[in-house]
Amino acid sequence: MNKLLNGLLLASTVVIAPMSYAKVDTINGAGATFPYPVYAKWAEAYNKAEGVKLNYQSIGSGGGIKQIKAKTVDFGASDAPLTKEELDQAGLAQFPAVMGAIVPVINVKGIEAGQLKLSGQLLADIYSGKVKMWDDAAIASLNEGVKLPHMPIYTVHRSDGSGTTFNFTDYLARVSPEWQKNVGVGKEVAWPKEAQQLGGKGNEGVANFVSRTPGSIGYVEFAYAKSNNLTYTQMENKAGKFVKPEMAAFQAAAANADWSNAPGFHLILNDQPGDASWPMTAATFILVYKQQDDAEKGDAVLKFFDWSFANGDQAAEALDYIPMPDSVVKMIEDMWRNDVKDTQGMAVYK
Amino acid sequence: MSTLVMKSRWHSDTLFQRACWSSAILIGVLLVSILLSLLHGAWPALEKFGFGFLFSTEWNPITSEYGAANALYGTLVSSFIAILLALPLSLAIGVFLTELAPAWMSHSVAAAIELLAAVPSIIYGMWGLFVFAPWFSEHFQLWALDAFSEVPVLGLLFSGPPMGVGLLTSGIILAFMILPILTALIKEALSTIPNVMREASYGIGANRWEVTFFVLLPAVRSAIFGAVILALGRALGETMAVTFVIGGAQDMNTSLFMPATSVSATIAEQFNEATNDMHISSLLALGLLLFVITFAVMAVARILMRKRKLS
Repeated sequence: MNKLLNGLLLASTVVIAPMSYAKVDTINGAGATFPYPVYAKWAEAYNKAEGVKLNYQSIGSGGGIKQIKAKTVDFGASDAPLTKEELDQAGLAQFPAVMGAIVPVINVKGIEAGQLKLSGQLLADIYSGKVKMWDDAAIASLNEGVKLPHMPIYTVHRSDGSGTTFNFTDYLARVSPEWQKNVGVGKEVAWPKEAQQLGGKGNEGVANFVSRTPGSIGYVEFAYAKSNNLTYTQMENKAGKFVKPEMAAFQAAAANADWSNAPGFHLILNDQPGDASWPMTAATFILVYKQQDDAEKGDAVLKFFDWSFANGDQAAEALDYIPMPDSVVKMIEDMWRNDVKDTQGMAVYK
Repeated sequence: MSTLVMKSRWHSDTLFQRACWSSAILIGVLLVSILLSLLHGAWPALEKFGFGFLFSTEWNPITSEYGAANALYGTLVSSFIAILLALPLSLAIGVFLTELAPAWMSHSVAAAIELLAAVPSIIYGMWGLFVFAPWFSEHFQLWALDAFSEVPVLGLLFSGPPMGVGLLTSGIILAFMILPILTALIKEALSTIPNVMREASYGIGANRWEVTFFVLLPAVRSAIFGAVILALGRALGETMAVTFVIGGAQDMNTSLFMPATSVSATIAEQFNEATNDMHISSLLALGLLLFVITFAVMAVARILMRKRKLS
């Protein structure tokens, strides 16, 4: 009797299962740690509004790329964009989800947040160990009237592989041909040994070292600089103007970005033109398969970002992220319609 | 009826035996397959860099040049510092607990030390970074820089920026972490010495100091050595705590205040973001090296412990 009952139960689950899963109730993503706080916020609000849960593992960009290639998640997330060739090779589509800013932070006695002025070239020289003291003529010439101590500079970088390092070194390589030649751009690089360097694990590691090592300079995402009350600097932008790291400056950089001429949305936002632009801004990207084996799932992923683009701007700004401008969101949705298809070749995004 | 019972007893007996056998074999299979998969993964790097991998200080993911020397140096030096600091301390604790302390105290101190072993290593790392490193920087490094700057060897060892992290700090944190195992093994070894030996030594007029140093410790010499090797095995592979306090710089310096890296820290920090094949392979080669070193260390410990039992 029991056996019969079990058999019936089993049979009924087999029959019912596909039907009950037809509506997607969970989507899975993995990747970059940098946008994790805003994705989590969006996911919470989206779950309340639409009843679909997002399960996002912030395991790092490299991990996100590996996971989406292994198809263990519905979307991957990466701070460094894949190139058009890499995307085509893997059959992936890519779009930016949100933007952030990287700021230099310092610990120099007597200098307040937003007081010190730095240029990209100078930042590269400091990290290359060419400028070794805080009262170096190169720093002093940009900062007339600021009292600079005669103190060695300790450069703090990320010791773990990180999209933040990728964007930071990309900026240095753009403004300094020597950096491009001697060091290069990557999530981990061989930091020049001429500088007195120190590696911290994660944004919090860098923030910790800078906040308690006199004479140090580091780079962190803006949100960390703000929440740790670190002394950020001004930066000279492409237009030759000095700007402070503020939401308006980040938005100016984002507004000047030329997304329409970036195949596969491969665009690194560093060193954007415009008088008010902050020079170190970066988008973080989402990767989905162009051909979705499970159209419902694919649609659910895109719907989540669609909803977040429409309703998540305030949440993003509250966490010091820069939402994608509406014009870019329109481009992204056009790309979804054109590129992301189900097995029959129909667009999954409706 | 009785044959049935016997039959089922026979069955359960063989079943039990086979289950035990296969569990034991499973361990061996697991070990060998880990080694093989490490070797397989590390092969491209080993093939490309050869023996030079051991000696090269280059670690550049951009140019795809990798060498293990920095990481090996950091691992070996920080583990050596840990042994250097932890051994005298645990010898003293061991002697105190077995020879000097009243029973109630011996029990509670031993329990406290065992609790140290139960603290997860991430806690040691966080504590090391947020509590110990700032204190160490302010109260030891600044003083040491000043005090030893003129002293020949020490001046070289205690130089560099007083940032509170680096080789020395990770050695000290590791010392805390291996203290429990070292103390437990030494205490156990001392307690196996028959009381006759103590009584005879005191009988010929030796004082406590002489009994401890000339009779008891020499009697358990090889056990102490074995304990050191076991502790070394733990220190070599320790990852999380070291990652936090070693300073994360691919560099090799004589100064103990300078940031460095270790084999396990390099793997932990870079594996997540390594997408390039040669990078992954080099990290696996580092893992293979650590595996081989730890295995060799453990094998030495085994041999020494066995010798002691025979003699």
